[in-house]
Amino acid sequence: MRLEADWYDFRDLGNTVGALLEQIDDWGAPDWVPYVVSGLIGVLAILLWGVLSVLAFIWIERRVVGLMQNRIGPNRVGPSGLLQPVADALKLVLKEPITSREADTILFWLAPIVVFIPTLVVFAVIPFGERMVLADLNVGVLFLIAIGSINTIAVFMAGWSSNNKYALMGAMRTIAMLISYELIQVLVLLAAVLFVGSMRLGDIVAWQADYGVWLLFLQPLGLLGYVIAGAVEMNRSPTDIAEAESEIVAGYHTEYGGIKFGFFYQAEYLAGFAIAAVIVTLYMGGWTLWGAEEWVPGWLIFLAKLYGVFFIYIWARGTLPRLRIDQLMAFAWKFLLPLALVNVMVVGGEMLLWQEAELSSGQALPLFGVVNFALALALAGGWAWFLGQLRPDRVAHRAILTQKVGAIYYGEAAADL
Amino acid sequence: MDDTGTVIAFWMLAAITVGAALMVVMVRNLIRAVIFLILSFVGVAGLYITLSADFVAVTQILIYAGAVSVLMLFAIVLTPRGDRGNQETFLRLPALLLALLVAFTLGYVAIDTEWAISDREGFEETASVIGEALLDKYVLPFEIASVLLLVAMLGAIVIVRPESGVDEARE
Repeated sequence: MRLEADWYDFRDLGNTVGALLEQIDDWGAPDWVPYVVSGLIGVLAILLWGVLSVLAFIWIERRVVGLMQNRIGPNRVGPSGLLQPVADALKLVLKEPITSREADTILFWLAPIVVFIPTLVVFAVIPFGERMVLADLNVGVLFLIAIGSINTIAVFMAGWSSNNKYALMGAMRTIAMLISYELIQVLVLLAAVLFVGSMRLGDIVAWQADYGVWLLFLQPLGLLGYVIAGAVEMNRSPTDIAEAESEIVAGYHTEYGGIKFGFFYQAEYLAGFAIAAVIVTLYMGGWTLWGAEEWVPGWLIFLAKLYGVFFIYIWARGTLPRLRIDQLMAFAWKFLLPLALVNVMVVGGEMLLWQEAELSSGQALPLFGVVNFALALALAGGWAWFLGQLRPDRVAHRAILTQKVGAIYYGEAAADL
Repeated sequence: MDDTGTVIAFWMLAAITVGAALMVVMVRNLIRAVIFLILSFVGVAGLYITLSADFVAVTQILIYAGAVSVLMLFAIVLTPRGDRGNQETFLRLPALLLALLVAFTLGYVAIDTEWAISDREGFEETASVIGEALLDKYVLPFEIASVLLLVAMLGAIVIVRPESGVDEARE
């Protein structure tokens, strides 16, 4: 598969960088120099791509959502409003960075910076092309989950240090939400890893290219779980309850303005791209397209898929109403978690069958695909029907400890406790 | 631990880890203490990476920095008068003595022991080796640990569950 080519072969930009590094090596530089240079090139490329994509997608999203909601969207700055993101960015930079009174100043300033780190670091393990990956870790999938969990802390720092009850409420919501959906993420990714037998993202792409099948055909339940958990993690509508503006002003970044808010905004977009990139890599064959990557640059295929997946999220934002927090939590624990657990067991059984019955991949994979699709439909439909049959509790069960410590008081009932 | 880069990385990470750990006990505000604790966890993860233990390092971030610390944040925010923070206590001196004693003992043992150095090559990939060891040779401790976690979880649920009749009485 490996593309052996000259430096000007842009089907894989890794060729160019590789040639440059060899040249540096030939000049007799110490062996750490190519290492540092390749790291710098990778970081700069990812940063540049990220910022440009965000700027482009701010415009695309506003126009597209405008079309969906039967209005025009930004169309004043530049042709068709193309320069609107630039104007927005300039406005954010020029605004006064306000720090609210009684805020925890250090954490308040640190939070927008910390929120940026995990969203950028994720891209280090994403293979943009055959040789275009900054660090192909052998624990890549686990790394993705671990980095995603760091996000929670930055959001909590922002919400708590603002000294604003809406901000704190948003932060607590985020934590409750992310912890629940992290579980589902781990379980569905575990099923994908079971199939491939490696946690290295490069291996997962190679596996899908070797067998000529995307994991989404074998893992419909896993894809469903990951798409929903990803929507929660990137904190966008319909799951943006951490900043639900109709309930808690703007959630954890209520007190943030100017460029500090810009950081949160940018990080949110980058997190969205990261989730889309993971979906493309794990479930949609990454930079491969059944042989087309020999002719079309792999990174173009990858980016096309990535933007396609991200567009689905924009679509969802434009069409679906926001969920309530209890609905979102119940959905995670009562609906997705059992399905994800069953999915892991099914995949384990299938891999055992594949090995023990000595099926060829031509027999096994179509069989698994059909079985898994049928199971996904039956399980998701059946489980939803079953949950719909249950009578909801009339009295919401609240933990007694929470009431006693006085964290949340509801009405008069709590007063006589 | 031979090349310069690893040595520099080790000292930087060690300084971050120990410094952050010191700040955890010196800072008055509990939330800030937890933030420093997270920094300390991340430093330990970095130390694991310099030892080529990538699986353990990522797990450290996932479990400690991502989950345990968040649990602590939750606990602090839900604690009544959690804003009192770290206060003066008469146990300060004994605690300092005890900590120094432990540090001294551990350091002395670490320096004094003649460590047996294995001549085996390092593992290329630690994740698969750890997985095989956990489900093959050490399957019993592994299962016992999961049962222990289940029991702890059930216990927590039983403790915070509303006593029967409380809800009806309140209506």
